[in-house]
Amino acid sequence: MLAYDFMRTAFVASGVVAILSGLVGYFLVLRNQTFAGHALAHVGFTGATGAILVGIAPLWGLVGFTLAAGLAMGALGEKLSARDVAIGMTLSLALGFGLLFLHFYTAFATQATALLFGNVLGVDREALWSLVTLSLLSLAVLAVVSRPLLFASLQPELAEARGVPVRLVSVAFLGIVAVAVSESSQIVGVLLVFTLMVGPAAAARNLSPRFGVGVALSAALALGEAWGGVTLAWFTDWPVSFWITALSATVYGFSFAPYGLGVLKARARRAGGGLSAAP
Amino acid sequence: MSLVSFEGVTLELGGRTILSDVGFDIEPGEFVGLLGPNGAGKTTLLRAILGLVRPRAGRILVDGRDAARGQRAVGYMPQVRGSADLRWTGWDFVASAAGGHRWGLPRLDAAGKAEVAWALDTVGATALARRPLGELSGGERQRLLLSQALLGRPRLLLLDEPLISLDPAHQRGVVELVARLGRELGLGVLFSAHELNPLMGAIDRVLYVGRGRAVLGTVDAVITGPVLSRLYGSPIEVVRTGRRIFVMAGDTEVEGEAHRHDHHGHAEHHHAGL
Ligand SMILES: Nc1ncnc2c1ncn2[C@@H]1O[C@H](COP(=O)(O)OP(=O)(O)O)[C@@H](O)[C@H]1O
Ligand SMILES: [Mg+2]
Repeated sequence: MLAYDFMRTAFVASGVVAILSGLVGYFLVLRNQTFAGHALAHVGFTGATGAILVGIAPLWGLVGFTLAAGLAMGALGEKLSARDVAIGMTLSLALGFGLLFLHFYTAFATQATALLFGNVLGVDREALWSLVTLSLLSLAVLAVVSRPLLFASLQPELAEARGVPVRLVSVAFLGIVAVAVSESSQIVGVLLVFTLMVGPAAAARNLSPRFGVGVALSAALALGEAWGGVTLAWFTDWPVSFWITALSATVYGFSFAPYGLGVLKARARRAGGGLSAAP
Repeated sequence: MSLVSFEGVTLELGGRTILSDVGFDIEPGEFVGLLGPNGAGKTTLLRAILGLVRPRAGRILVDGRDAARGQRAVGYMPQVRGSADLRWTGWDFVASAAGGHRWGLPRLDAAGKAEVAWALDTVGATALARRPLGELSGGERQRLLLSQALLGRPRLLLLDEPLISLDPAHQRGVVELVARLGRELGLGVLFSAHELNPLMGAIDRVLYVGRGRAVLGTVDAVITGPVLSRLYGSPIEVVRTGRRIFVMAGDTEVEGEAHRHDHHGHAEHHHAGL
């Protein structure tokens, strides 16, 4: 299957995007901001359809819109979190406009499906380079902010007092999230961004309480799920995005196993009664 | 030179005056209890010392310099204590704050690890830190937070309501630990609480806030009917029985009893968090 150019491109593109999504997703889950990822994907849809309409690559519409929205969310901060309804309405409106833009565009159905559910097999050379460049940029920024980001995520008040520019860090992070969302949309579509950004990260958090291990695991799981999805799609001819969501859900489900085992062991220990609890 | 000095300081939040024209000086190595009813402005005062709330008027000096964020001389334990995965070990949690203000990857070098080990050892939490946060009691987590406040070797500790949600035995333990740290490390401590009695015997002076004012002095000088009546804006009577002091407004105790229900609400909140 690697004999085909489009398959090689699909592996590289999905791999790069998966690693970025896994790393960014870990912080997203840690910060309880998964909703932001969801919201940015909606906004991205409008950007992508708008871009198609004016005749530029959808990726740039996605990046432009999600980045603007991400930075705005970061800048408004807590003021936003108390406004679920307003946010929900804005997001619906964004999707509605996306639909309108598609309506004006003639090749409606294929474009819509590709945007909503992804089309990694359709990624061309040029798009691949954009994905790789954006990923490297985002990873560089993440590397620079990750330490204060972790501190500010765990203890915002203390971090602020210690001189962490909490607002700046959170804006920068949402900027990175916006890029990751745009990239994930290229692979699995705006509706399924969760599957790459949140699934592996949440599973990794279940599997290891340690930060370093968890982050690495999140990226590794995302990569495995993405490549697994592309491979399975090759052999079954079912959509890649379906396989990625299936793998992501399965891994997430199994990530509870160690916890379940722990509970069972604890119960067995207690049932044994009086025995020392040596590990 | 004073460790903290307020000169004619007025603090406002969202257009409301919290403290107006307040002045006092806290000396190095002094253990000061920061008291006052809920909403009096204790947290705001501490945040002003940290440079997180700019004074509307007046000047705040910390260690001789204008209060500003990121001062190494100041260690802080916030009242809102953030959230962490309860399966994290105490070590990882404390370490996340070590050098957390620097850019880069969250990795600790040897010096950083030594600093965390020192801070944990100083509060006697080295063994605790190997266990997941979820297995620790409120008092044990409090000790981890205290060790976190020691990172960077401050000369001043600002502790915001460390006794909240603790039972009396653990409250006493925390107060004694803080008093010992203050003595051994020569730290000035500003310790907020809404009850005086757990702090009795440990504190050198009290800073009492109420109705926009603040009074600093010994317990005997400040905890008196006339002074507290001014701070509460209603007639207050102070009753002493042995080593305990009760601050009464009419027939009800304004510290302690009046807040006891409140304690439960906070307790749940803080256990859920950390
Ligand atoms: N952001 C804010 N804007 C306006 N008022 C505030 C804000 N935060 C707190 N306050 C008010 O400031 C007063 C002092 O609060 P605080 O310093 O937290 O009191 P304490 O710590 O003594 O309980 C309270 O009445 C509170 O309602
Ligand atoms: Mg307070």
